[in-house]
Amino acid sequence: MDGVTGRGKYVALAVLLLPSLAGMSLFYILPVISSFVLSFSKWDLLTPVQWIGIGNYVAAVQDPTVQQALRNTLFFIAGYLPAVVAIGLGLALLLNHKLPGRTIFRAIYFVPVVTSWVAVSLVWKWLLNPQYGLINFGLSLLGIKGPGWLFDPNWAMPGVILTTVWKDIGFVAVIYLAGLQEIPENLGEAADIDGASAWQRFWTITWPMLAPTTFFVTTISLISSFQVFDQVFIMTGGGPVGATTTMVQLIYKNAFSYSQMGYASAISWILFALIFAITLAQNLLQKRLDRSNG
Amino acid sequence: MASRSLRPADYVIYAVLLFGVLIMLLPFVWMVSTSLKTGEATFVTPPQLIPASPTTANFERAFGAVPMGKFLVNSIFVSVTSTVLMVLNCAMAGYAFARIKFPGRDILFYAYLATLMIPQQVTLVPLFVLMTWLDWGNTYQALILPSSFGAFGTFLLRQFYLRLPREVEEAAFMDGAGYVRIFFTIGLQLARPALATLAVFAFLASWNSFLWPLIITSNQAMMTLPVGLSFLNGRYTTDWSVLMAGAVIGTVPIIAVYVFAQKFIIQGLATTGLK
Repeated sequence: MDGVTGRGKYVALAVLLLPSLAGMSLFYILPVISSFVLSFSKWDLLTPVQWIGIGNYVAAVQDPTVQQALRNTLFFIAGYLPAVVAIGLGLALLLNHKLPGRTIFRAIYFVPVVTSWVAVSLVWKWLLNPQYGLINFGLSLLGIKGPGWLFDPNWAMPGVILTTVWKDIGFVAVIYLAGLQEIPENLGEAADIDGASAWQRFWTITWPMLAPTTFFVTTISLISSFQVFDQVFIMTGGGPVGATTTMVQLIYKNAFSYSQMGYASAISWILFALIFAITLAQNLLQKRLDRSNG
Repeated sequence: MASRSLRPADYVIYAVLLFGVLIMLLPFVWMVSTSLKTGEATFVTPPQLIPASPTTANFERAFGAVPMGKFLVNSIFVSVTSTVLMVLNCAMAGYAFARIKFPGRDILFYAYLATLMIPQQVTLVPLFVLMTWLDWGNTYQALILPSSFGAFGTFLLRQFYLRLPREVEEAAFMDGAGYVRIFFTIGLQLARPALATLAVFAFLASWNSFLWPLIITSNQAMMTLPVGLSFLNGRYTTDWSVLMAGAVIGTVPIIAVYVFAQKFIIQGLATTGLK
């Protein structure tokens, strides 16, 4: 097959590869490079570009809104990550039992995953309404006076976390189900013969065997935690008093409300650096774990 | 699957799963219920799960307040077109990377892969500037083209073709066909499972996409459903019955697609790890 002569080969490349190459260059590679270059500039789209070196990065590090966005992200991660992993895994363990109807259950738990964030956010904004929302009504039945949720700086982020966990557990469960399918059944049977309880079996066999899946789930959840935008944009607009502002929202605001193209680009590269650092740390950690296991 | 009788523990599992299903479905039920209520019925305590006097007035109001039908058509057109283009572009490029040897191939492929490391938000500003220069604001091409190319799909299809034995293609080569004809007559056919996985991923991503359409459309006639709903949200902040009618309109099409392609969507997303 490599016998095709030079000319035919390049005609084929022009037809098959050139469209993709043009698109990737124009919409990915060129914008990435431009964004990096722009991050060293001050530009409002109207007046000429001013080059200010690392000025944007210096300003970003000292910017209280950036610091607040980072604190908010850490708050989000602290609530979201353990909840989505624990509930997603628990759900996967239940769905892994070969009971009749389990594919229907799996399908229902997955519905929020395919639904758009905007629709989900609208519904949860209404569910979390302090006066007329279903959640505070449910709490009142239990004798609890529900908080102001999205109107209360202390409760807005928990509301956003609750919504995001609800939307993502089906996805995490499906990933864990795939991981569970790769655990050989005879491992569990051997433990059964040894008289291990379900609890012991989970911690000695299932959980260690699921380590690669847990790594994967944790990594993508952390990355998506840094990229939160849609739900916050619809539910709170970043408020109240900045309690739910995120990094992506700062990029959006600085670029498209304040026309600070250079500053917005710099924040996007800080976001990249954070995501890159997490990916790197996870990879190193996983390698060390693999080595210590065998 | 061998059927066995249920043990007591199984009933506990069912009970927990059913409770979970209730939590997953209640928001949707509440959404539909509110969309059918009159304004006053929305603010009744205790809340009515089934509206006492259901009405479709909210849907009429939603369609009257914003061009909801236009949003729907835009969303369908943009998602379908970008999915078709994405699948075609990725299949062609993946095939070329897998089958044709040319100088610089590996470096170019690594450049593709490197774009996967970069979050989408990094490209927002230059992409917006580019579209402004091209005068493409509020156009279909601005909504469609950036999501018609991707390194992930190219990678997926390249791996698929690398694993695919070449025998069938060899025979066509002997008959004098070139790469392009072989790709379109044989290559595309053989890759159907991989193409379907990519199509599912591309369609969902495009249908639910929010940030880019939000930036690039300001004219209501060009908005997609998510942006249109966000616009509705800005205008009817506390008119819950209209907002829920909008949410229903935004949710029903994708759930309809999901019901038909459910098994396939879950498998596709589980194997690719994307949502």
